[in-house]
Amino acid sequence: MLVPYCQQLKTKYMLQAETHTALQCYHCGETCADDHIHLDEKFFCCDGCKTVFEILDENGLCNYYDLEQSPGIQLKIRNWGTRYDFLDNADIAHQLLDFSEGNTQKITWFVPAIHCSSCIWLLENLYKLQPGIQYSRVNFVRKEVMLTYDSSQISLRKLAELLATLGYAPKIQLDDLKPDNGSQKKKLSTEEKKLYFKIGITGFAFGNIMLLSFPEYLDWVGTDYQNFFGYLNILLALPVFFYCSSDYLLSAFKALRAKTINLDVPISMGIIALFGRSLYEILTHTGAGFMDSLAGLIFFLLVGKWFQSKTYQSLSFERDYKSYFPLAVQLKQRKGQGSKSTSSIPVTDIKKNDHIIIRNQELIPTDSILLSKDAFIDYSFVTGEAEPIHKRQGDYLYAGGRQVGASITLEVQKEVAQSYLTQLWNNDVFSKEGGTQKQFQQKVARFSQYFTLVVLAIAFGAALYWNFTNPAKIWNTFTAVLIVACPCALALSMPFTLGNTMRIFGRNRLYLKNAEVVADLAGINHLVFDKTGTITHPNETKISFEANQNQGLSPEQAVHIASLVKHSTHPLSQRIFKHLNIQNLAEVTQFKEIPGKGIKGKVGGVEVSVGSEQWIKGEEFAPQNVAQLQTKVFVKLSDEVVGGFVMQHEYRQGLGKLIQRMQSQYDTALISGDNDAEAERLKSFFGQQSILKFQQKPADKLAFINELQQEGKQVMMMGDGLNDAGALQQSHVGIAVSEDTSSFSPACDAILDARVFDKLPEFLKFSKTSLKVVKMSFVLSLLYNLIGVAFAVSGNLSPVVAAILMPLSSITVVSFVIVTTNALAKYQGLVIGDTLSKN
Amino acid sequence: MSVIVILIIASILVAIGFLTAFIWSVKSGQYDDTYSPSVRILFDDTAPKKDLAKKPK
Repeated sequence: MLVPYCQQLKTKYMLQAETHTALQCYHCGETCADDHIHLDEKFFCCDGCKTVFEILDENGLCNYYDLEQSPGIQLKIRNWGTRYDFLDNADIAHQLLDFSEGNTQKITWFVPAIHCSSCIWLLENLYKLQPGIQYSRVNFVRKEVMLTYDSSQISLRKLAELLATLGYAPKIQLDDLKPDNGSQKKKLSTEEKKLYFKIGITGFAFGNIMLLSFPEYLDWVGTDYQNFFGYLNILLALPVFFYCSSDYLLSAFKALRAKTINLDVPISMGIIALFGRSLYEILTHTGAGFMDSLAGLIFFLLVGKWFQSKTYQSLSFERDYKSYFPLAVQLKQRKGQGSKSTSSIPVTDIKKNDHIIIRNQELIPTDSILLSKDAFIDYSFVTGEAEPIHKRQGDYLYAGGRQVGASITLEVQKEVAQSYLTQLWNNDVFSKEGGTQKQFQQKVARFSQYFTLVVLAIAFGAALYWNFTNPAKIWNTFTAVLIVACPCALALSMPFTLGNTMRIFGRNRLYLKNAEVVADLAGINHLVFDKTGTITHPNETKISFEANQNQGLSPEQAVHIASLVKHSTHPLSQRIFKHLNIQNLAEVTQFKEIPGKGIKGKVGGVEVSVGSEQWIKGEEFAPQNVAQLQTKVFVKLSDEVVGGFVMQHEYRQGLGKLIQRMQSQYDTALISGDNDAEAERLKSFFGQQSILKFQQKPADKLAFINELQQEGKQVMMMGDGLNDAGALQQSHVGIAVSEDTSSFSPACDAILDARVFDKLPEFLKFSKTSLKVVKMSFVLSLLYNLIGVAFAVSGNLSPVVAAILMPLSSITVVSFVIVTTNALAKYQGLVIGDTLSKN
Repeated sequence: MSVIVILIIASILVAIGFLTAFIWSVKSGQYDDTYSPSVRILFDDTAPKKDLAKKPK
């Protein structure tokens, strides 16, 4: 059965799409526009999809389409041009390669586009497509593909371009260049593997010790065998005590040395008491010991740890500016003044006064001065300002801007690590491990202290009592109390509740960095939102036409404009075309596109120009204020300026309602890098009592969060861009809102899929519920402890009682929290099934 | 000693065998990606249906 999630989702989308039109792209499943391409009874939405189909068809790889329906990825950019040029640089290539020996080279790439079984199939059959590729293997969980290839037949760059043409563009970031990157990744996985080893070994010991102790429970053994079984038990328990429980013992030791008490302290007391007393009993032939309880206890604890440690491997929560920057830039050689040759160099090698070339849609890696005549820099990434800013020759450009339009040449002023943008990461917040002190952890720490003290008090109390009545039982009861009061069930309830909550959130598309974030979420009382990209749709804009005379566009004029803009690939033109939605287009002659200004052409004898205000109205209308209120595209029809299209960012659906709902429980604030043009509209959403701040630099945002925290507030920040990175880090919980979870998101505690933005109140509410479940399970496990202690102080704790009581309490507590969280999640409107888990 | 001792030692040896197998499977990375092998096994290694797809254009 090959019907994974992907296909279910696709079918769902298709059903939705079918209500509009029956035509679906054979390759990517998108609804075909009216100008679809027809080939072999198949429809394609664009040339890109058709090309991929043709490549696959020629190489007999059409199986791709049989495994899943429309598995392809629509190509947003078709011309790769020089994008992967830097891979020809031997230095860079060498740092990226996993392995290189002679002509055989190995590389692992992160490919976010991997999403279904067809993807795996195609990527693993690449060798049929391209000679030189010897082997390829996909890791679906990590969305990685590992390739082995022959560098004499295909270059690294060609390989990247091949993947890109098929729609599987590898994502190569500056981060990948760090020489220790590989070892870091490996370290993480060995940590994980160690846990598997420990669980395996403990499970093995647990099972065998139980088996060997079983006759003992029923008094079936003669003394001969008892010793044999006892020694065997010690043998089996040795690795459990010294290897598998080392995490708890070391953690407790560290805490004690720092003169604090954490929950591992009472656990370790229990473990040591169990092991010590069992050892003593077996070696002195006075009893059978509690080795089975010891192994069981550690086994359950480790399983809890494993449950909690689930991470979303294909998501990254640790990104800093390096992940956003291009790996390499085009450096203009200046040696021979006449020759204009260029070469790519790693951005880290850029020096002051170098001349670099930045192409359309590329990021400016460092502060520099513009040498070209004009540039349009989109700073939305850094400041949150929505629209590109016009810069002229000689202007100072800050790092992080994105060039829109033709290539530009820059003179570098600072090295990458010292630019304005990267300074944000020099803030103390980023050097502090773990950031701010978390409320919930403090509570747990305090609870552990009381708990430990109470346990010790009972143990000593019992010992004191028996001291007067029956001194032979002192040692027995003292250790028994420590054993039975070991907060095993207690230690399990939190990882299982929070871990399960994290999973439920993941199925609903809120991805947490780790399970503790659930507890932090529950403590929040102040919400801060970023504007651009967070509460607005980054890609959707509302377009309206503002006419100069109060008459609007006549149908004929609309046809003229639509016909013209149809010919331009500029995003603004395409938006206008979509907005006008006109089928019968007229013919355009003398079409001309002037980069950075606009387009013009003749439609049915009328000269039509569409473009910037300055260009349409003449030089004297140069905008004074660089930060314009909205984007406006002007239209001129045969020398008469008829008006302009105004584009406003669209707010996410249901924003007003959402904020109203939240305001009953939380304070809200908005903090934006953009100008205050929309202040009135935002006030209608946020009400009068909320703080609205505009034109905030990244550092201002961080300071604002800090200010709120000084007032004792628990702040949750929601943002999307690099400009929010400081604020996300400083806040108690930083959530990055992302349209595409596998792509950009700054360092944060959680990533929220923008599609479920309106579920935010449910998530917050459920985080509180889940803490309540933790508290309930605490009560339940304390009850078990109470029963156990009653046995212990009376001196009646036999191995059988311990062997029954300990697993029983663990299992009931675990099943209690899992069942309760699932039921409550369902009740509160969250999905608990597997339906949303992939993609 | 009675036969049970031999049996128990034998059974523990078998169990150790399984434990080693488990450790080996973790070490060799079989738990790194639990999704793709489940799909990979279903891929046919047959010649692709070239003729069907190739129609005169």
